[in-house]
Amino acid sequence: MRVSLTAALSVALLSTPALAQDWQATLDAARGQTVYWNAWGGDERTNAFIAWVGQQTSARHGVSVQQVKLTDTAEAVTRVISEKAAGQADGGSVDMIWINGPNFLAMKDKGLLHGPFVATLPNAQYLDLSPASPNSVDFTVPVDGMESPWRLAKFVFNYDSARIDVPPATMAAFIDWAAANPGRFTHPDPSNFMGATFLKQALIELTPEVAVLQQPVTDANYEAATAPLWAWYEALKPNLWRAGKAFPENQSVQQQLMNDGEIDIAMSFDPASTAGDIAQGLLPDTARVFVPEGGTIGNVSFVAIPFNAANRDGAMVVANFLLAPETQAHMQNIEVLGSFSVLDPAKLDGDAQAAFSGLPTAPALPTLEALGPTLLEPHASWMTRLTAEWAQRYTR
Amino acid sequence: MTMTRDGRALRAVVMVVLAIGLIGPIMAGLAQTGRAAFGIMPVLGAVEASLTPWRDLLTEPGLWTAVRLTLWTGLVSTALSLMLAVGFCAVTHARMTTTSAARWLAPFLAVPHAALAIGLAFVLTPSGWIARLLAPVIGLDRPPDLPIVNDPWGIALILGLMVKEVPFLLLVMLSALTQIPVRQHLAAGRALGYGRGLVWVKVIAPQVWPLIRLPVMVVLAYALSTVDMGVILGPSNPPVLAVMLTRLFSNPDTTRILVASAGALLQGGLVAGAFAALWFADRLMRNIGLWWLRRGGRGSSAEPLLRLASAAVIALFVLGALAMAALLIWSFAWRWPWPEALPQSWSLKAWASPTAGWLRALGNTVLLASATTALSLVLAIVWLEGEDRAQRGRAGWAEALIYLPLLVPQIGFLYGLNILFLRLGINGGYTAVIWAQSLFVFPYVMIALSDPWRALDPRLTRAAASLGAGPWRRLLAIKLPVLLMPILTAAAIGIAVSVAQYLPTLFMGAGRVATLTTEAVTLSSGSDRRVTGVYASLQAGLPLAAYVAAFAIPAVLHRNRAALKGSSA
Repeated sequence: MRVSLTAALSVALLSTPALAQDWQATLDAARGQTVYWNAWGGDERTNAFIAWVGQQTSARHGVSVQQVKLTDTAEAVTRVISEKAAGQADGGSVDMIWINGPNFLAMKDKGLLHGPFVATLPNAQYLDLSPASPNSVDFTVPVDGMESPWRLAKFVFNYDSARIDVPPATMAAFIDWAAANPGRFTHPDPSNFMGATFLKQALIELTPEVAVLQQPVTDANYEAATAPLWAWYEALKPNLWRAGKAFPENQSVQQQLMNDGEIDIAMSFDPASTAGDIAQGLLPDTARVFVPEGGTIGNVSFVAIPFNAANRDGAMVVANFLLAPETQAHMQNIEVLGSFSVLDPAKLDGDAQAAFSGLPTAPALPTLEALGPTLLEPHASWMTRLTAEWAQRYTR
Repeated sequence: MTMTRDGRALRAVVMVVLAIGLIGPIMAGLAQTGRAAFGIMPVLGAVEASLTPWRDLLTEPGLWTAVRLTLWTGLVSTALSLMLAVGFCAVTHARMTTTSAARWLAPFLAVPHAALAIGLAFVLTPSGWIARLLAPVIGLDRPPDLPIVNDPWGIALILGLMVKEVPFLLLVMLSALTQIPVRQHLAAGRALGYGRGLVWVKVIAPQVWPLIRLPVMVVLAYALSTVDMGVILGPSNPPVLAVMLTRLFSNPDTTRILVASAGALLQGGLVAGAFAALWFADRLMRNIGLWWLRRGGRGSSAEPLLRLASAAVIALFVLGALAMAALLIWSFAWRWPWPEALPQSWSLKAWASPTAGWLRALGNTVLLASATTALSLVLAIVWLEGEDRAQRGRAGWAEALIYLPLLVPQIGFLYGLNILFLRLGINGGYTAVIWAQSLFVFPYVMIALSDPWRALDPRLTRAAASLGAGPWRRLLAIKLPVLLMPILTAAAIGIAVSVAQYLPTLFMGAGRVATLTTEAVTLSSGSDRRVTGVYASLQAGLPLAAYVAAFAIPAVLHRNRAALKGSSA
């Protein structure tokens, strides 16, 4: 409630001189700063987009961006924790983090974030910030203006249509498919977020009562909610790649296995990545996206600013630039990144809407309708419990 | 007398620099890790000492398998590497000078562990190069579902470690052999009717062993605590302990750092235990060896074993060369799908792409490598010159201190060291990274330089002294020029070590100081072998250039000094 109120107020007040002046002060303070944006660096297209953002903000606002490439977002969290441990309350080395879910929860809980700041960004006016909006709730945790959205993520599978005619239609159907094609499917290690998401996707489809997953996990509700998932996994596992005894480190390594012909189905958190990777020569031209009936888990990628960021104003200018309609349209262009925009189309003017509708398309790029409904992320505690139990059961 | 005092002063300077710059930080780092392992980390709200981190560690799924895998891969790879290196030396020593061998070994020493592992994974994996070459022959239309890389037995990891460690041990061994009259021993042994192999095992190896014990310990410590090779080639579920700990350190649930710290101490314990085992084996061999020697068996049965060992070494070299070639080819490929033996289409995009940003990373890498190597060389020369002037050999404890950073697992102290550097306010900059990297560059420079330094013919300096040259003039006009080749070789090794540093650069640079290695490891978490190929090629190319320079510069400068060409290195 609090969030929506602040948001509504800020949108209403933005036209008033006071707030505009505040933002002008931020812009002035930001000029000349270099924002160290800590972001997962395993995707060259995202890296290229971040470099483009830096060129733009440098030309428009005198704020340059330097990407600190992470192999895991938790690296940046650990860095901020060590800075706090050493008593460094300002001048910190992390200015902005691409973040969501458990990492956000950890930083918010430990008071490691600056904010709330989202409502002060002029371009927040294009966001749907109502309490139930995905922009306001991150893995069921209220965002409270402590992180600003920048791109949509939605779980999808991809496959090589030259090798598979009909991919499995539901999560349950993976059992039969794997039995008919032993060794041709796998998932990333669940200690990686993509492997964990695969388990959560199956959990949502198989659990008797989905609503339970929106509450924190308890000993009482865990057993009943997850029993069907483990039964399903027990049936699936023997027919996985390498008989389920080894798993790829992350989704990129899994995609490489698909490109190498070792497996036939991979997965991604970005519906546009398949088309993008075909253009990059990383997947065969015949790769296509599919989603199980009933839809898939979706969430929003955010940027957050640590409490001790040295270049806080610069980070806010970059967060605001990421929300500009022309930035979002550029990002959604399949030739650039292809990630779906976080903006609310209803809040855009005619020109901006035209910019989105005029974007090019690609054969492997699914339409929004083909992606089916977006399912809510379960409460973060479910993911922790699931991955812990997976390790208990299968790591020997 | 003045010489001794002078030498003492020099040594004192070095000791102070080492104590503050090297021992202090490591101890402070270990202390931080130790506190966290017993539940104290105020920033996480953990203020009370407890054994909970240990209890959690012990219930961590797969912990004991991980420990077993770590010991197995570490001990087996080290033991095999040592045996193969001895066998190869025995067969080829007579036919190869140290210098020409070093030339051969240079590429293998230069290529960083991570880059080699990536290349090797592509060569060995069921959809990889070897399988692709075999596919048309045995009619495979799909890659076989065989556990070849990331196998649960750790064989791929052992192979990968051996490709890196055998050349290193060979280099160390060849330079140690220059101090032993091998030819005379061989002649004497053979005259007494011993087979060539047996002379090596009974006479030469016992003399070489004390000279290479520390390098072997370095190899053992590395093999037991490797992260990058463990991730790329090692078993996956559970992985080796060091990889498991790295995952714990980067768990979104930050309280896992406490468990990871306990694990880091366990990792240190494993290394210490392995050293103890090595010490016992050393004792045991001494007793058995004496008994064996006295029995006086002349057997020539070792001969075929030696041949087998050198064949295995050559096979390892071929594997390593294939891995490096694969990376270079990938960097020029566009599409290279199964089952093509060569890329379907070629492209310069991976090299030309501005977002690859390798130019900045290359700049940083060159800067760091030059600074750390120069610093380490100066320290090493001052240390060795101090020994000369004090007219003393090296104390064992001093030696152990130098090697400390290589013997303590990085993961055990880097996190704590990071907090220390933050308190000093030097984190995130070049100073911190240069400092942290030097902890690892300096010991290798010492390893490479100290033996040739001590092997320097003392008659040269005595002659200079009797002609009236003071200690500084003797150093600058005699020792340094004569030792130019080993100094440059030490520099090349230093550069290779600096280029390969991953965790220290990442931690102390707060990720802001991007080098070829940090970028390559980050990118290898993505799936683009082509970009990885660019970085890995540069990663290997830079130290290789340094090695080439180490051979070329003395050759040019000493073109009219026959005795200084191809002397000890």
